[in-house]
Amino acid sequence: MSVTPLISMRNIDKRFPGVHALKGVSFELLPGEVHALMGENGAGKSTLMKILSGIYPRDGGEILVGGTPAEIDSPRAAQSHGLAIIHQELALMNDLTVAQNIFIGREPRLSFGRLDEKALNRNARDIFAKLNLHLDPKTQVGTLTIARQQLVEIAKALSFKSRVLVMDEPTAALNDREIDELFIIIRQLKAEGVGIVYISHKMDELKRIADRVTVMRDGATVGTVSAADTPVSEIIRMMVGRELGAETVDIPDLAAAPPLLEVRGLTRGRAVRDVSFSVRQGEILGFAGLMGAGRTEVARAIFGADRKNGGEILVHGKALTIRSPADAVAAGIGYLSEDRKHFGLALGMDVKDNVALATMTDFVSRVGAINDARMRATARTFIDRLRIRTPSERQEVRFLSGGNQQKVVIAKWLLRNCDILIFDEPTRGIDVGAKSEIYRLLTDLAAEGRAIIVISSELPEVLRLSHRIAVMCEGRLTGILPGGPGTTQEDIMDLATRRAPAMEPAFPPPPTPETRAPR
Amino acid sequence: MTTADTPQGGALSRIGSAGAMQKMLAFGSLVLLLVGFSLASPQFMQVSNIIAILQATSVNGVLAVAVTLVIITGGIDLSVGTMMTFCAVISGVVLTYWGLPLPFGVLAAIGAGAFCGLCSGTFVAKLKIPPFIATLGMMLILKGLALVISGTRPIYFNDTPGFDLISRGSLIGWVFPSLPIPNGVLILFLVALLVAYILGRTVLGRYTFALGSNEEAVRLSGVNVDAWKIGIYALSGAIVGVAGILIASRLNSAQPALGLGYELEAIAAVVIGGTSLSGGRGTVLGTVIGALIMAVLTNGLRILSVAQEWQTVVTGAIIILAVYADQARRRKG
Ligand SMILES: Nc1ncnc2c1ncn2[C@@H]1O[C@H](COP(=O)(O)OP(=O)(O)OP(=O)(O)O)[C@@H](O)[C@H]1O
Ligand SMILES: [Mg+2]
Repeated sequence: MSVTPLISMRNIDKRFPGVHALKGVSFELLPGEVHALMGENGAGKSTLMKILSGIYPRDGGEILVGGTPAEIDSPRAAQSHGLAIIHQELALMNDLTVAQNIFIGREPRLSFGRLDEKALNRNARDIFAKLNLHLDPKTQVGTLTIARQQLVEIAKALSFKSRVLVMDEPTAALNDREIDELFIIIRQLKAEGVGIVYISHKMDELKRIADRVTVMRDGATVGTVSAADTPVSEIIRMMVGRELGAETVDIPDLAAAPPLLEVRGLTRGRAVRDVSFSVRQGEILGFAGLMGAGRTEVARAIFGADRKNGGEILVHGKALTIRSPADAVAAGIGYLSEDRKHFGLALGMDVKDNVALATMTDFVSRVGAINDARMRATARTFIDRLRIRTPSERQEVRFLSGGNQQKVVIAKWLLRNCDILIFDEPTRGIDVGAKSEIYRLLTDLAAEGRAIIVISSELPEVLRLSHRIAVMCEGRLTGILPGGPGTTQEDIMDLATRRAPAMEPAFPPPPTPETRAPR
Repeated sequence: MTTADTPQGGALSRIGSAGAMQKMLAFGSLVLLLVGFSLASPQFMQVSNIIAILQATSVNGVLAVAVTLVIITGGIDLSVGTMMTFCAVISGVVLTYWGLPLPFGVLAAIGAGAFCGLCSGTFVAKLKIPPFIATLGMMLILKGLALVISGTRPIYFNDTPGFDLISRGSLIGWVFPSLPIPNGVLILFLVALLVAYILGRTVLGRYTFALGSNEEAVRLSGVNVDAWKIGIYALSGAIVGVAGILIASRLNSAQPALGLGYELEAIAAVVIGGTSLSGGRGTVLGTVIGALIMAVLTNGLRILSVAQEWQTVVTGAIIILAVYADQARRRKG
C-alpha cells in the first residue's frame, strides 16, 4: 500500500492478572478511513484502544504513528501524537460546565494561571457551531441526559483537532436521529483525512459508516475485511465462530393466561401521563419509543424507585401499594436498570457477590454465616449459562468488559426468581452472540410463566422479542401493537412520533384520551 | 447535532445550581438567627458584641476556608487544628527564641503550613493513602511535634511588639473610628476573597472542582492529577498557617496543647455552608456564612445564658439540620 498508515499496532500483547487480554494483536488505520473494530464482549477491543491512548502500558509489540515508532505512555502523550479517544464509559465531570469539560487540561489561560473563561466559552461555541450542535457551553454536564453527555464527549474529542479518533461504542446511548447526525460528523472528519476507529455492537452501522472491519476474538485478530464486500453474516461468523440463525418471535396463545401485572392510569409529573396496560403470565410486552418518551420512568414508577402522582398497580389481580423497590421486590417485581454502573452493580465486589446481591439471605446458613461455597457454585452456573467472560467468579466486576458487566446484572435478577421482570435496555453494549442468547433466555423465562417487560430503543430487538408492543411518546402510551411479522418498524415509529396535537411545553396536555389501537 | 433543546440555559441552571441554593439557605438561616437573638436580648446587637462575634469567626473562618479547598477535591483534612497550632509554635520559635523580626515569624508560619500541606498532599496523591487516614496521621504527628518543639510550654510573644495587633488591632478603626473592626476579620475577608478568586478564576481552582467531580476523567484528559492535588493541599496548608498567626496573635502566645477540635468546627462550617462532602461542589462565601452561623449561635446562646453543654448539643443539631435541608432539596430537584 502506498499511503503510510496513521497508526500501526504490531503484535500487541497484554496480560491482566488471570487474563491474557491481547495475544499478539495487529491493527492498522489509514488516513480518511473509518475502521470498525468488532468482536464479542471481552474480546479485547477496549483494551487495545486503551493501550493506543496511553492508559494501559503494553506488555509486548510496537506502535507506529505515521510510520515512526512512538512511545505512548500517558493520555497526554497520546494527545500530543494527535490521538483522541471517546471512552466506552463516559468520563465527564458532572459538576463542571460543558465548556469546562471540553477544555479540561488545556483551558485558555491569562497570566498567573488565571483562566480566560470568555475564550473558553467562545471556543466551545465554535466547536458546537461546526458540529451543528445546539448546546449552551455554560450548562452543567450533570444536568444533561446521557445522550447529550455522549455528544459532549464527542465534541471534546473533536476539539483536539486530532488525526486519529477512537470511538468506543459512541452510539450505545444515542437515538436514531442523533446517530444520523453523528455519522454526518464522521463523514465530514473522514473527508478531512482523519482516521477513525469505530467500535460498536450494532451490525447495521457497519454497512453505513465503515470502510474496513477488523474482527477480534478472544484477544486475537481474526482478520480484516472490506465492509462493503463482506456480508454481515460472514462478519458475525468471524466474531462468534459459528452461524447465528435468523430467529423470529414465536407468539404463544395467551388468551387463557391471567394477567400478572396491571397498571391503571399511572401518572408521574410530565414524564408519565395516564399510562394503562397489562401483562399476562407468559407474555413478553415490548416497550418502544424514542429516547425520553418516558419508558424508563414508567418502569421506575412501577418499581417504586420514583414516587407516582397517581395510578394503580395490580399484581395477580390484587391492588398493591408500592412505595419503594423493596416493596416491589417483595411483590415479585424485578427491574434491570438501563444504567448498570449507577444502579445495577457493586463495582468493587466480585462476580459472585453481585450475582447474589438481591438474594443474599438465601445463602445464609442456619448459624447466620454466608455459605460461600454454594454462592460460588450458583455464580458459576450463571457464568456458564450466560457465557460471562471472566477468569473466575472471584473477579471484581469493575475489571469485566462492559458487556459482561451487563450479563452479571441479568444473572442477579434471574437468580432472584421474580414473577414479573422489567428489563430496561437489556442488550445495550452486548455483542450479537450474547444478544441472541439473552433473547432465548427472555423467551424461556416467559415460557416458564413469568411476565416480562422489555424496554428497548432498538426496533429490530422489540420486534424480535415482543408478543405485544406498547409504544410511548412524550409520556403517553400512544398505542399497543400486536407482535409478530404483521407489525413493521414504520408502524412503531408512527406511534412513537404521534405527539399530542396541542403539545406546548407551557400548557397541560389536552384531556382527550388517546386511542390505544394500531392505526 | 440538532436535538430538541430544552431551555436549560446558563443563567437559569446557575441560579438553580446546588451551591447557590444552599448558600441562600445558609444566608437565610443566618439572618433568622440574627433577628431572633436581637429580639431575645438587647445586648446582642451592641457593637461590642458584634465585634466579639466577628473576632470569634476569624480563626475558624480561615481554617474553614482552608478545609473547603480540600473538601471540594473530594478529600477531607482532619489535621488543620493541630497544624494551626504547629504553625503558631513555629512562629514562636522564630520570633521569641531566635528573636527575628515580625515578618519572618509570619512567613515561617505560612511556610510551615504549606510544607505540612505538601506532605499530606503527597501522602494522598502519590502514596494513595485515603485523605481521612493521611490527615489523621498528620493530625497526631503535628500535635506531637508542636509539644516537642515547644517543650510542652506556651511560647509568649511579649518581646515582639505589635504581634498582638495582627489580630486584635484595627486598621479599619484607625481609618474610620466608628468602625472598630479587628484586623483578624479583615484578614479572614482577604483570605476568603483570595481563595474565592483562585477557585473561580484560576486553573488550580478549576482542577479543584474537576478532581472532586470525577478524578479519573481528569486523569484521562491528560492532566497531571497528582501534582495539582499536592498543590491544592499545600495552598490549603499555607492558609492554615495564616490561621496559626491569627490565633497566636489573639492569645499573644503559642499554646502547644491547643488545636484539637478546631478541625471539626471548621468542617462543620464548611458543611453548613453547602459544600458537598463528596466533592465537586462548594463555595467560599458559603463557608464564611457557615462559620458566621456557628459563631452567632455560640455567642447568642451564651448571652441567653444557655449552659455551655447545651450549646454544644445545639451546634450538633444545626449541622445535621443543615445537611438534611440540603439533601431534601436535592431529592426534590
Ligand atoms: N483492568 C483490568 N483488569 C483485569 N482484567 C481486565 C481489565 N480490563 C479488561 N480486562 C479483561 O480483559 C478482557 C478484554 O476486555 P475489553 O474491555 O477490552 O473487552 P471489549 O472487547 O471492549 O468488550 P465489550 O464489548 O464488552 O466492551 C476481558 O476479559 C476483561 O475482563
Ligand atoms: Mg469495550
